[in-house]
Amino acid sequence: MDWHQLWEIVSTPDNVPIVALIPLLAFYIYLGVKQARANDQLIEQLETDPALAKTHHRKTWPFRPGWQKEIHVWPFLLRVEFLAAIIVTIILMVWSITLNAPLEEPSNPNVTMNPAKAPWYFLGLQEMLVYFDPWIAGVVMPTLIIVGLIIIPYIDTNPLGAGYYTIKQRKFALGTFGFGFLLLWVAMIIIGTFIRGPGWQWFWPGQTWDHSRLIYEVNRDLPDIFGITSNWGKGIFGAAVVGGYFAAGGLALTLLFRRFMAKDFRRMSILQYAMMAGFMLMMIALPLKMLLRLMFHIKYVWITPYFNI
Amino acid sequence: MADEKDLKDVKPPAGGNGDGGNGAGLMKEIRDINADLVTKAKEQVEGLKDPTKTQVFTSIFRHKHDNTPRNRALGVLSNVFLHLHPAKINRDAVRYSYTWGMGGITFYLFIVLTFTGVLLMFYYHPSKVQAFRDVLYLEADVPFGKLLRNMHRWAAHLMVIAVWLHMFRVFLTGSYKKPREFNWTVGVILLVLTLLLSFTGYLLPDDQLGFWAVTVGTNMARATPLLGHEGPLGAQLHMTPYNDIRFGLLGGSIVDANALLRSYIWHCIGIPIVASVFMIVHFWRVRKDGGISGPAPVMLAAEADKQRRG
Repeated sequence: MDWHQLWEIVSTPDNVPIVALIPLLAFYIYLGVKQARANDQLIEQLETDPALAKTHHRKTWPFRPGWQKEIHVWPFLLRVEFLAAIIVTIILMVWSITLNAPLEEPSNPNVTMNPAKAPWYFLGLQEMLVYFDPWIAGVVMPTLIIVGLIIIPYIDTNPLGAGYYTIKQRKFALGTFGFGFLLLWVAMIIIGTFIRGPGWQWFWPGQTWDHSRLIYEVNRDLPDIFGITSNWGKGIFGAAVVGGYFAAGGLALTLLFRRFMAKDFRRMSILQYAMMAGFMLMMIALPLKMLLRLMFHIKYVWITPYFNI
Repeated sequence: MADEKDLKDVKPPAGGNGDGGNGAGLMKEIRDINADLVTKAKEQVEGLKDPTKTQVFTSIFRHKHDNTPRNRALGVLSNVFLHLHPAKINRDAVRYSYTWGMGGITFYLFIVLTFTGVLLMFYYHPSKVQAFRDVLYLEADVPFGKLLRNMHRWAAHLMVIAVWLHMFRVFLTGSYKKPREFNWTVGVILLVLTLLLSFTGYLLPDDQLGFWAVTVGTNMARATPLLGHEGPLGAQLHMTPYNDIRFGLLGGSIVDANALLRSYIWHCIGIPIVASVFMIVHFWRVRKDGGISGPAPVMLAAEADKQRRG
């Protein structure tokens, strides 16, 4: 166990935000889940007691007749905002006094940093470079993430859970977002920051960064395993595999969704459902490709003279 | 005629030279002024005892500050900075546990970054010869220079985290749902702009860290489909290192002086202006779409398919 190495990674000034992000996320997930549970309990209670549902004020926080429903922004909101600004300023001041912003040697195109890491918030994408070609990891994937985020409100037709925390009423939406944000984005950033060392090799926390380490790994392409050698054969085979994934995955997803999310399925238009399924399958393809690489040493699935996937 | 009669009663001005000056009259005038001055001074002092009644004050603050509901509302509505807020708000909406305050903190950090950023610009030249030396000079010789740079850097990181947490909260509370769909879109664009702001700033110290981070980052642009020289179908469209999208981003085929200048301009002028415009729309839409989304009364599944507003 190389504690020094571990400390060096954790205490690198630019890694501090990620070290801070982990407890912050944990705290806010706890805060959200706590309120979601309370709301879910209330929903359950109201669903079994329609008489109460008619008179209840529908919140977990106390409300008594005679209390004003609305309060003045001045001072009740503004004092919270003012306090928040002061607290953030103090945190920032203390942080800036105790920890210096990193400054390395002057830029030098002839001396490559190893590992050369992107800023921490892009490390998830850099981690994807291991599994995908740059045009996918660096261009297509960010575009898909942005577009996928933008269309969320237009494909989420569930009218429940607007404006309050709930798990019960939005299992699918929360599960999907949690999968994308926590596992595919934050977890990849954590791997990129704490696990990846020189040569972008995998070093467990506490393992010494060995700059001369070599890993003997032979990655194969999927067509090779099936003995396909011609370019045309590879192209057609890959198209069939990728197309087959989307066709079979789409069918399986539709069967499951119709069965377990019947209401949502009925509410969604064809376009809404197609977009949801398409983005869902592309998102799932990410960890699938990672598994193919990690378990079977497969580099490409689809090889053409123009692009490889 | 009445007018002529009145004119006869008018006394000549004090010390007037019309009818051969009268010393006693002059002294009287001076004594009168003296007395006037004393009363006027007393009035002035009296008036200043309550500054809220002065003309200067009432011209700036256009309403009273007595603790009445009307004045509390006016305090928000008649202030250009505060009038983004409504006068009144749902009593549960001020609970920290609901909003986490992350949107507001993001905006506050943007202000902090603008302030520290402008100060940093005084000490920085975006040229290959100067940039790194300027940072050294800033850290070693400029009073509080190191603190300034640290604050700018850490506020930037904190802003990225705050934006993510804000988005996370908005998702968890389903606040992007009708009628707020479009504001979520604006928010996603602001998220991208925040990351781009941070990324363009990374290169500016012109050290190894920024240089290689930006090299790694922009190398991906080589592989842009159609528009990058190493990307799918790029070669077929005659893309070379000297005309593809990466060349456009860097102003050259390598990360050099032009790339430094470009990221400086994007970082200090271009993106902040664009982000400000989107922020204006974002905040305005929060109000127009019905204010803060909650905490809303819970809805039961049985009520879900009934007619809803919007």
